[in-house]
Amino acid sequence: MSNNPNNWPLWEIFIQSKRGLEHKHVGSLHAADPQMAIENARDVYTRRQEGQSIWVVPAGAISSSQPEDAAMLFDPADDKTYRHPTFYTMPEGAKYI
Amino acid sequence: MSQQEALFTYCLRQADDLLILSHRLSEWCGHGPVLEEDIALTNRALDHIGEARNLLTYAGQVEGKGRTEDDLAFLRAERQFVNTKLVEQPNGDYAFTIARSFLFDAYHLPLAEALTKSSDAQLAAIAGKAVKEAQYHLRHSSDWLKRFGDGTEESHRRAQAALDGLWTFTGELFVQDDLHQGLVKAGVAPDLIAIKASFDETVDNVLAEATLKRPVDGFMASGGRQGKHGENMGFILAEIQYLQRAYPGAKW
Repeated sequence: MSNNPNNWPLWEIFIQSKRGLEHKHVGSLHAADPQMAIENARDVYTRRQEGQSIWVVPAGAISSSQPEDAAMLFDPADDKTYRHPTFYTMPEGAKYI
Repeated sequence: MSQQEALFTYCLRQADDLLILSHRLSEWCGHGPVLEEDIALTNRALDHIGEARNLLTYAGQVEGKGRTEDDLAFLRAERQFVNTKLVEQPNGDYAFTIARSFLFDAYHLPLAEALTKSSDAQLAAIAGKAVKEAQYHLRHSSDWLKRFGDGTEESHRRAQAALDGLWTFTGELFVQDDLHQGLVKAGVAPDLIAIKASFDETVDNVLAEATLKRPVDGFMASGGRQGKHGENMGFILAEIQYLQRAYPGAKW
């Protein structure tokens, strides 16, 4: 198989597995335009009934946090366990919390 | 010919078209122009073989001699295969493969839709399952044909050459012999004049968008439905049937 000779742009693929749930990132693929990206995503990522809706996003449109910033961004949350609602007593009979 | 024999042959005609086309598409596995298309064609080959299996199983039941789908796929001789010559044509370049599938899809979708109303409940059920697959197949092949036709000078030239080369094989899809007419009267098979009208409309619309020219109807090849195939068919069957011929009854 040749290695993408056309330099088609890269697309990030998001699949919704069930109505009402979120679209989850499942991977990426190459395609010439959005239409082709959706059809390719259908063939590559929904062969085993994984989804009922597809989003495709040009990979270049996604901005990402930088790995070297990870400590600054995420570590400060390490010692703030009080941000989890674990210090409350569950009211009697409350089921879905 | 009894109604039962006619139905048996009718099932084989549809099944063999699908089985042989599926085999041709499977030859692209691992050789697709891009990974995504490689998977798309393999999916499509699996769809075709799934429908072929249902039809062969049903053909075996209709015949009533205890033959299974495997017996019918692996142990019939070339002259007993009744697929059209269209589907046995070699893959050629990607435009040729796409054009061959497009012409088949433009026939297969309206056929499957019509068969959902067949008086034969089993044929109707098999067609009902195939309709959604056939819709996607037609969209896939139409999209690619448009991209090729309305693409670069070279892709346009190749797509037009593919259509010109394949056109002679389209006539056979719509031939209504005595066997078929009998099944139409019984409400089992659809009248192919209506299927041809739908085929013409699809072809005209897609080719217009693709900026491709519809080839002029000329000599139309035939013989496939009577088991008289081209020089490629023996090679196809050699590959499909080798294992069961060399090791009869082999299982895995």
